[in-house]
Amino acid sequence: MPARISVIMKPGTAKEYETGSWRSMRPVVDKDKCINCLVCWMYCPDNSVLVEKGELKGFRYSHCKGCGICANQCPKKAITMVEEGKE
Amino acid sequence: MISIKEMADVPVKLTEGHRLCAGCAEPIIAKQVLLGTDKPVVVSNATGCFEVSTSGYPYNAWNVPWIHSAFENAAATISGVESAYRVLKRKGKVQDDIRFVAFAGDGATYDIGFQALSGAIERGHQFLFVCLNNEAYMNTGIQRSGATSKGAATTTCPSGTCIPGKREFPKDITKIIAAHDLPYAAQASPHNWKDLIEKSAKGFEANGPAFINVISPCPRGWRHESAMTIEIAKLAVETCLWPLYEFQDGKWKITGESKRIAEGTKEKRPIQDWIKSQGRFKHLLDPKWKNLADEFQENVDKKWEELIKLSKQ
Repeated sequence: MPARISVIMKPGTAKEYETGSWRSMRPVVDKDKCINCLVCWMYCPDNSVLVEKGELKGFRYSHCKGCGICANQCPKKAITMVEEGKE
Repeated sequence: MISIKEMADVPVKLTEGHRLCAGCAEPIIAKQVLLGTDKPVVVSNATGCFEVSTSGYPYNAWNVPWIHSAFENAAATISGVESAYRVLKRKGKVQDDIRFVAFAGDGATYDIGFQALSGAIERGHQFLFVCLNNEAYMNTGIQRSGATSKGAATTTCPSGTCIPGKREFPKDITKIIAAHDLPYAAQASPHNWKDLIEKSAKGFEANGPAFINVISPCPRGWRHESAMTIEIAKLAVETCLWPLYEFQDGKWKITGESKRIAEGTKEKRPIQDWIKSQGRFKHLLDPKWKNLADEFQENVDKKWEELIKLSKQ
């Protein structure tokens, strides 16, 4: 059997480790209230606020840990935390 | 500085999927610090929450070169990298203009890593040292450090009938570092991201050693809701417990909200608000320890007055 060297060859592989399962509360955005100030993006510890061309597009639920910082910091109160498993 | 919308388009240097607790301030601070330069960057990391959680084998959350060797020597490690870079550049083997940053917790800055940091600053290496200050050894289970606040309960200085948590005031490490007469030192908070990114940019371009001490609220160790992290960082500044300032070319300058408080256009909040916001201080609300809460306020006022005097020199 060839010897295997236990080295991580690629950068940023933590993406494959989905921390979204830690979450009990899920952030949900009301796009009618959102002004795309992106404060939520700046304060997200888990790189889980999805932004495209300067617009908030939603959340990366595969990795969001549900800390609630985005909802707490949103100046327009456009983000609410909803319990997982409920609508 | 580029706009927040442009920042959101910059490829991330620290990815999602790290195992820091929900609501941890450390990745928020790292993101802001790393937005302070558009040059290639090499990171060294001292042992601690940030190192363990971003490099759990077989995963790693880093998209930039990253080195961890031990608890005490993040500054020595980055000194070596920077020296090698200067030699290779002189020989023409490296063309890029590269920046160097070390991330360390308060344990690896105030206590264990202090001599390596002091030495690296004295030798004049060009690097930015960022202290992610969560005021205790959180990674190993909330043990007191040289940065822990007086009156805070930790697992090695719990509050009880005889002892009101930690009995000593923390070191003023930013001033100790400033006493090295280095090109740039600052204190910052992640809630004021513009201030922190600007300070990081100054640190990266300081053309010598630079140091930024950043308050890093810890929901687990400080006993607060994970959603409150940024609020609490802001509160630290508004109570003047954690003033925002910089030390550049021998001059002290108060910045951000702290500047407005110093000028009298913003209210300074009482330390009682800070005590009430976190479970690690809840015993201080007991009338029995009122003298300690008063002492806390007196110390904050004294340090704040000292800083105002320094800024007027």
